[in-house]
Amino acid sequence: MNDQLGDPIEGGGITKNLSRRTFVKIGVLAGTGLTLGVSYRVIKGSGAPSTDAAFAPSAFLRIDVDGSITVMVAKSEMGQGVATALPQLVAEELHVPLSQVSFEFAPAHPAYGTAMGGMQLTGGSTSIRDSWWPLREVGAKARWMLREAAAQEWEIAPDKVQMYEGRAVHPDGSKLAYAQLASAAALLDVPKDVPLRDPSEFRVIGMPAPRLDVPAKTTGEAIFGMDAGPSDTRVAVVARSPVFGGVLRAFDPTGALEVHGVDEVVALQSGIAVIADGYVAAKEGRDLLNVEWEDGEWSTLDDVEILDRLKEAAGQDGATVREEGDIDSVLSSDREQIKAAYTLPYLAHATMEPMNCTAWVRNGQCTVWAPTQFQNAPRLVGGGARQVAAKAAGVSPDNTVVHTTFLGGGFGRRAEQDFVREAAELAGKVDGPIKVIWTREDDMQHDFYRPASYHECSAILGVDGMPEAWRHRIASQSILQRMVPSWVPEFATNWAGNSDPTSTEGAQDQPYHIPNIRVTYSKVDLPVPVGFWRSVGHTQNAFVVESFIDELANLAGQDPYEYRRDLLKEHPRHRAVLDAVAEASEWASPTPGGRARGIAVAESFGSFVAEVAEVSIQNGQLRVHKVWCAIDCGMVVNPSIVRAQMESGIIYGLTAAFYGRINIQGGRIVQSNFHDYQMLRMRDAPDVEVILVPSQEAPGGVGEPGTPPIAPAVTNALFSLTGQRIRELPIQLV
Amino acid sequence: MVKFTLNGEPQELNVPSANPLLWVLRESLELTGTKFGCGIGQCGACMVLVNGQPTRSCQMPISAAEGSEVITIEGLSEKGAHPVQEAWVEEQVPQCGYCQSGQIVSAVALLAANPNPTDEDIDGAMSSNICRCGTYPAIRRAIHRAAGIQEQPASTDDAGGEE
Repeated sequence: MNDQLGDPIEGGGITKNLSRRTFVKIGVLAGTGLTLGVSYRVIKGSGAPSTDAAFAPSAFLRIDVDGSITVMVAKSEMGQGVATALPQLVAEELHVPLSQVSFEFAPAHPAYGTAMGGMQLTGGSTSIRDSWWPLREVGAKARWMLREAAAQEWEIAPDKVQMYEGRAVHPDGSKLAYAQLASAAALLDVPKDVPLRDPSEFRVIGMPAPRLDVPAKTTGEAIFGMDAGPSDTRVAVVARSPVFGGVLRAFDPTGALEVHGVDEVVALQSGIAVIADGYVAAKEGRDLLNVEWEDGEWSTLDDVEILDRLKEAAGQDGATVREEGDIDSVLSSDREQIKAAYTLPYLAHATMEPMNCTAWVRNGQCTVWAPTQFQNAPRLVGGGARQVAAKAAGVSPDNTVVHTTFLGGGFGRRAEQDFVREAAELAGKVDGPIKVIWTREDDMQHDFYRPASYHECSAILGVDGMPEAWRHRIASQSILQRMVPSWVPEFATNWAGNSDPTSTEGAQDQPYHIPNIRVTYSKVDLPVPVGFWRSVGHTQNAFVVESFIDELANLAGQDPYEYRRDLLKEHPRHRAVLDAVAEASEWASPTPGGRARGIAVAESFGSFVAEVAEVSIQNGQLRVHKVWCAIDCGMVVNPSIVRAQMESGIIYGLTAAFYGRINIQGGRIVQSNFHDYQMLRMRDAPDVEVILVPSQEAPGGVGEPGTPPIAPAVTNALFSLTGQRIRELPIQLV
Repeated sequence: MVKFTLNGEPQELNVPSANPLLWVLRESLELTGTKFGCGIGQCGACMVLVNGQPTRSCQMPISAAEGSEVITIEGLSEKGAHPVQEAWVEEQVPQCGYCQSGQIVSAVALLAANPNPTDEDIDGAMSSNICRCGTYPAIRRAIHRAAGIQEQPASTDDAGGEE
């Protein structure tokens, strides 16, 4: 893989030098091996007959005559384990152990587009859900062709041939390795329908297989965006407008050009790039630039104004996104109304690897090395990295190659392609390869933030203490309104006008049985760039729903676990994870002295997660000692990766609950680095126990669902401990 | 001209004396295993050993490395065979992996000074490194495991195996 990333592609198109290994096109170079490419879309029945046979790298699978089996991973590996789990799907049906399989990251190409608008995108915890059937079919069809080839070789019926551990086995016990069969198999037609293994017979799926990317990530060999590109690549650091919507008025490059090592200063759409022989000089030059910005209309925007706008919007019903029963008459009765308002801040992604991208434009070709979550989207106006880079560099997408590196964290930030656009534009204006490196400060102050939101909740309890009415008004900026015009313009008016499911998910579909419900959404237009942040709307709405239901349980004088359970009679999967986490945490038994537990449950991205947090106050500080997490994510591909993702999502959510807040003052971001935007560290990290609830349901996501329940589990525990109800994050003790 | 030893090899470099060791490693010497995370000594992604001490290479001017012995992630072992690296594989610690070079270097330094650290020792030594993927519980397990591996006499066998 290092070869692939460090090796600029010569000549036209995408097909060259993907790796130093050879690969072949079906029917073109028969005699050397077998490739099998099936587009996600094709398999999902869009009607196209088969593959773009002239384009070998669209294959998901390559079997070479040297015996190597390579799965092309079309999802971005940002820690969530796709570079292992996706090969597991292929290996299962190919009847090979995972240890015989290696992986490479796929190029940006339509063959890897999903049903979701043809996008080659990693997001929404969709990787396994997108790949569950298609990649298993890839493996099964290849196995079928290899078996046919063995049958022809031996002149026996195919059903007499057993396929086992990478070999065809003759009834007499003789064997042929897949490598020996690959060339003959490549001459066969790809079958239309091949039966897949029954889940009861899985040998690779469901196993805690070691991750294929872990060894390289313990030796420093893994290539991230920061590490990619030709060795003579120059480095650029860019000055961007500190104020939202600011534009460049004038700049004086003299100070920058005097820095030893700086050799060019170039104006871009996004700001001023200072190019040098290395990062240190480029940053020093950037910092010495004299730039005059036209701040525009937002230069006085601050937290106070934003909160006022959100509160005003949440003070009345917005667009109705859920309506059941007759909420108005219940709420207008003279019965006591329970009210609570919740406030959540903007959040930065703060991936460990700051944004960066390397690009090289020459002879009408653009080559990009990018740690991107979004490679390709030919049918969308804005496009993915390939289209964005092509447009910015002034070349055609057909002449643009995107190499996806390992991502040093994604969390939704790298679904944006601003960092690719900037590097490609710059590369189009200068000679030679160029790497744009964002400082940590650039990264934190030019993010697409989790929107701040304000929530007004009202409820009325019946005589039995159970809620009879539930009203939840949400106000926030809309992520889709910002994104959709560049994605799918014909939908833009729908999203932009009223609802935005990414703002209301987790609230509009909250599962509790309440006869009268209304959930509304008020879109607030502000200039703060907003984007997808690990678990998106669920980050805010799980906190609100799971806090408010906890408040109701308390007012009803009922146990918060039993209360939820009673209201979830029609939701067995919610109940199952609640029961599992209650059992594991010994919910009913007393906590150790000075500690208390809190509970929360949320469904997101096709998975169900309940968490219990056990907390105490030590030296005036809130401490989370232990978290129990029960997940039902349907059928599990790799249980050790699921466990790791739960730990990961929990600690990501804990960081937000403890510290996460982006402030805005003077139309700009206040925080700049890890000293003022703190991260949870080892000393604050709880012990985490994960329970996988057995399930035969279709797979759900795991990258995000661990995050939503943790903040309310902790704040509910704090309430149980001290009586302080947290209605604003991050947590502040009184 | 700066002279120092890097992963056992003598180096003589002509680079601006104020340039941080991090960027000399990454750009001049093309050892990219050591990572840039924050540039202000907060995250530990750039951790290397200087004369055996865990050191944030983004905060160390190359002039200060004069005469010292620097070890980076690439210099810990041949092919990832250091007990800490082995423990990292056995416990499947890395997720995105970007911070892990620094985490491993910090753990190596901890175990060199304290072959059998308690959880409190781990909290103290490892809180200088940020992991955004939340691999802290796995790192804790791996450090305890590495302490176990180090206690045993050298062996070519797998010390662990799959969980």
